[in-house]
Parts: sequence; structure tokens; C-alpha cells
Amino acid sequence: MANTVNMSQYNEQAERRKQERRKQGKMRLSTATVTRDNRETIGNVTVPDYRIRCTDINVFYGDKHAIRNITLDIGRHEIIAMIGPSGCGKSTFLRCLNRMNDTIENCRVTGKIMMDNQDINDKSIDVVPLRAKVGMVFQKPNPFPKSVYENIAFGPRIHGLAKDKVELDEIVVTSLKRAGLWEEVKDRLDQPGTSLSGGQQQRLCIARTIAVNPEVILMDEPCSALDPIATTKIEELMDQLCADYSIVIVTHSMQQAARVSHRTAYFHLGDLIEVGATEQIFTKPVHQLTEDYITGRFG
Amino acid sequence: MNELVPPKPKTIDLVNASLAKRRASERLFRGIGLISIMMALMFLFMLFYSIVSKGYTAFRQTHIQLEVNFDQQLLDPAATRHHDVLSSADYSSLVKASLSKLFPDVTSRNEKRQLHGLVSAGAAYQLRDMVMADPALLGQTLQLWVPADDDVDMLIKGHIDRDGPETERRLRDVQIAWLDQLAAQEKLSLKFNMLFFANGDSREPELAGIWGALMGSIYTLLVTLLLSFPMGVATAVYLEEFAPKSKWVDLIEVNINNLAAVPSIIFGLLGLAVFINFMSFPRSAPLVGGLVLAFMTLPTIIIASRGALKSVPPSIREAALGVGASKMQTVYFHVLPLATPGMLTGTIIGMARALGETAPLLMIGMVAFIVDIPSDIFDPATALPVQIYLWADSPERAFVERTSAAIIVLLGFLFVMNALAIILRKKFERRW
Repeated sequence: MANTVNMSQYNEQAERRKQERRKQGKMRLSTATVTRDNRETIGNVTVPDYRIRCTDINVFYGDKHAIRNITLDIGRHEIIAMIGPSGCGKSTFLRCLNRMNDTIENCRVTGKIMMDNQDINDKSIDVVPLRAKVGMVFQKPNPFPKSVYENIAFGPRIHGLAKDKVELDEIVVTSLKRAGLWEEVKDRLDQPGTSLSGGQQQRLCIARTIAVNPEVILMDEPCSALDPIATTKIEELMDQLCADYSIVIVTHSMQQAARVSHRTAYFHLGDLIEVGATEQIFTKPVHQLTEDYITGRFG
Repeated sequence: MNELVPPKPKTIDLVNASLAKRRASERLFRGIGLISIMMALMFLFMLFYSIVSKGYTAFRQTHIQLEVNFDQQLLDPAATRHHDVLSSADYSSLVKASLSKLFPDVTSRNEKRQLHGLVSAGAAYQLRDMVMADPALLGQTLQLWVPADDDVDMLIKGHIDRDGPETERRLRDVQIAWLDQLAAQEKLSLKFNMLFFANGDSREPELAGIWGALMGSIYTLLVTLLLSFPMGVATAVYLEEFAPKSKWVDLIEVNINNLAAVPSIIFGLLGLAVFINFMSFPRSAPLVGGLVLAFMTLPTIIIASRGALKSVPPSIREAALGVGASKMQTVYFHVLPLATPGMLTGTIIGMARALGETAPLLMIGMVAFIVDIPSDIFDPATALPVQIYLWADSPERAFVERTSAAIIVLLGFLFVMNALAIILRKKFERRW
């Protein structure tokens, strides 16, 4: 525990040093030091036609308060981007939405996450159907060390989505086509998924996720390990997918957030600082922290 | 003010200066490694050389050719061909008659006994088995190779000094003379020792075989494998994948690690107390031996399996959980296949240790002198290492080579098991 205290002290010191540097330099700094008090979320956190409604989410790792009182709606057919410096809690928040935080020791999530009139944060909720509804794509491509076909077929098979081999084949083909991977792998469905290139692997993981036909897709920095061409492909893919799915994407690339998302949420040290239409966030940010971040002044 | 500061040395000069020292330490380390390997190889070679050089002669056994007349009058006077009659007939008379035919001038009672002593008691069993298998042999006369006595065998193999004083060797001068006659007639020859691989234990070295002990070991290991592998893997999977972190789990973990270090004889005592005294399982049976060795092997398998499960990258688990697999499905379809090679290695190491284990088997009575080949896990049996121990303890000279031969068989068994492990590993290993 002493460790976390030291860390936060260290962070505060680092923050102070930064502020001082800015004052000495010629940089413009219009507001005073940002404290806990003025970290209320700015912008409209709710949308009328929501798919998931999160209310007062708090996450603790042991004694560490990782995210504080976050209230946010995920709309239907929208892509919402989460941006913010490392360690600000955006991935943690994302993992609340399909209860992936359950797999972490000492992790405690409080608050309400309503989806289809159910609190999916309730311990009595079965995570298996939830994760079938809320799919996830991870930062590092993590195909199973099995064939391309088996990678896609696993989800539909365990959920019993296909009656027979023909249907399963069809699901595999459509999923690969929708992920834009079909043309590249149609001749080597029996080869290990791990033999594909990084970008192909990530699209394979997306295909694996949409094979289960979820309603929401969570993407945790899906392009951070990819080159610009593979990134473009995946962004185009997200654009098409949002016709059917709600997509929540965590990204470190502000350009990516600006390109693909409809709404953007800015996180800072466990707080949700500002939410708004992507255009507004990137052109007229209200909060000082948001402005500093998107103009590249820190982070 | 203008003090002369010595110029800062260039990095490359510093690097160059330290290179010689670095290379020297590298050479030293490589040398030590090489010496260690050479030492290990040397000891291994010495071990193999001593075992093989002592043991290889046991695979051949001196046989004597006899002309055997299956005398109907002697074996089955009433011509009943009945099983019991044939089985209890006096076959050793046939052997004695054949020998007398070879040496008609041997008449005195004492000399006759010495003559008959040249051939193993196993010759009579061999004739009986032949007749039992094919009663039509009665009345026929055949040229047969029958095993010679172990002392004859030792003489032929040069382990008995034929020029020494007669009182200090087990064969009389007259016996050696007869053998020389037989050799001159080419009626004495070293043949492949089938009996060694087909028989159980015996008091007669020439009849003593490894098959009983080998079968005993196989049955014992089968019980051990069937018990310890599923239990070990299930325990490891539960502890690693399902058990919540708690004081209890820590306690179990510590205890498992401690069990791995418990001397094996303690497990033997446990088996004696629990399985034989309390549960009244049969004594000397591979069932009990297998149970005891399973206890001994479990910690090894559990520890190795947990290690294998730990080394499966968590991203695979997340991927499976992410598409909505239950914990069981994740483990069964994705984690276990990746952990299989490591689990198999641990199991084989455990089994190899169990194969070589003697002490606990002594406690549960598998050290008994057992002639019959066990036919299931409830029959009294012994095991390979125990057989080696028993033979090493026997006074007859011929048991020396049999001890080494049994060690060769044990090492061969071990080799086959390890080869199997490597094949299985290769089969289950996957690219990431």
C-alpha cells in the first residue's frame, strides 16, 4: 500500500513540476491548478436512446481507487471513443462493461450498469450470456493457437449458434467477410491463426468477436500494435460495423478517435472529465484538462 | 581559474580495456561448463560400461543337446493321454536316460548324480510343456537343446576358473571332462536366453527370468498412472484456475510441496497401515504398490502441471472468456491443450521415479519370492527394482550377470517411457 501512496505522491510532484515549467515558459495556461473539486464531468453524459447506462461506477484495485463515480451512456449504433493519458482508467471502465474485471484479483466494481433492464454489474448475473452480448477485442491480437476456422467457430459452437456444419461454415465465412479478412485467408482456413500477420490477426479477433453476433463490441486499443494500413482497414471495418453494433473503443491515438467516433469521452486519473460529440470535443473542448490533452500539451 | 581538467576518457577506450577481462571470464565459464558435462558423461559411460559388460552375457545361456525319447511306457503307461497323468509324469527320468545314453560308461551312483547335475532342472519342465502342448510327441525321439545348469553356464562363460584346485570350484574334474566331450561333439552351445525373458523368479539362476518382475512393474505403474494423472491434473487445474485465493489454498499448496519431499519409505509405511492393515487389500499386490506410488507421484505431477498451467499466457484465457466461454470451456478447450506437454513431462518424470522406486514396495510385501507371472493387479508380484535388489543379494555367481541384465531391462523400460513422452510432447506441442 505504501507503494501506491508513493506513486500518487510522485504523480502529484510530477504534476506540480509540469505546471511550474509551463508558468516559466511561454505557454498559455489560463486556469489555475486543477483540483479534485473541479473534476465534475462536463458535457451531456446521457443519450436518449441508450444501449448501456452506467451510473456511479467506482472501481477499486485493492485499496487503490482506480475510477471514480463515472456516469455514462453508450448509445445504439454509435462509436464512442475513450481517450486519456495512460493509467486514467479508460480500459478499466471498458472491462466493466463485460465484467472482464472479474478475472482480476482484488478488483471491486460498484455502481449500476443497466443493459436491457438488468444491472449487469450485479453478482448474480451470469457472465456467459453477457459476454455473448458484449464482445471484446483486445489490445494485443490474441488468436487461439488453432486454425483460422477454429478461431471463428469456437464462439458459435459453445453458444450453439449453428445447427450443423453447413451453418457453422456459413457463420465462419460471413464473419471473415465482414471483418474484411476473407479474401486473404480463404485458402488457408486450416492454418494456425497465429501464422497470420499482426493486422490480419487483429481482424481475425474481430471476426471471432462478431461471429457470436454480439450487440456491443468493446475494443481496447485495437490498433496500437498495427501499422497505418492495417489500422485504416480496421477503422473502415468499425465504420461498417456500427450500423449493427454499439462500439466502445479505447484509443491512445487522438486522430483515430477523431476519425471514427461519434462521441468522445475524456478520462483523467480515474475521472471522466468531459463527454461530448467528437467534433465538439476536438474543436471546442470546455475543460482545461481536455484542451491540454488534445492539443498535446501533456499526456 | 583555468585548471587543467584531465580529458575524459573515451568510452571505446574503456570498453577495449575491459574486453580482455570479460573474455577471460567467459572462457572460464565455458571451461567449467565443459568440464561438468565431461564429468557427467564420464560417469554415465562408466555406469553403462559396468552394467553392460557384466550383464550382456546373461542374454545368452549354455544349452546342451540331448536325444530325448518320449517313452510312452514311462510317461503314460495306460495311454490315457489324460491331462493330470501327463502333467505329473516323471520327465526328469527322460533327461537322465538321455544323459546316460550320451555317457554309457558312467555307472556309479555318485558319478550319475554329478552327470545329471550338468543339466538344469528346467529341462524336465521344458519336456513337460512340450508334451502338454502336443501329446502326439509320446513315443517319438527328438534332438533337443535343453538349458544347462548355472555352474556349467558360468564355466562356459569363463566365470569359473577351470584350472584351479578342484575343491575350490563347484564343478568336479570329471564333470569338466564330460563337458569337454560334449563340446567336442558340438552338443554344447550358447543360445539366446529365452527363459530370462519368459520366466518369473527362480532359485535356479538359469531358470530365473525378468518377465514376472516386468509384468509386476507394468501393472503397478498402470495403477499409478490411472490414479495419479487424473487426480494430479484435476488438482492442478482446480488450484490454478478455479480456487479463490485464500489461506486454505496457500496451506494446501505448502503441504503439496512438502509431500514432494517426503522420503518414499514413509509412503510405504502409510500403504502398509492403511491399505493392507486397515482396508485388508491383498499383500504384495500391484494394486497396493500402485496406490502407494501414486501417492508418491502425485505431488510431482501437481507441481509440474501447475507450472504448465501458469505458463499459458493469460491472453488466451481472456480471448476465450471474451467470446463468452464459461470457465470450464476456457480451461478445457484452450488452456489444457496448451499445458498438456508440460503436464506430460511432469507425469513422465513422476512415473520414471515410481518405476525406479524400491523402498515403499518393500514395506507392502512386494519383496516376496514370487515365481508366478502376475496376471492382474491383485496377484502377488514383485517389481523390477525389487527384483534387482533380490538378485544382487543372491549368492550364486550366475545371479551377478542376471542382476546387470535386469538393470539393462529396467533402463530399457525407462528409455521407452521417455521416448514415449517425447513423442507425446511433439504431438501436443503447438506453435503460439
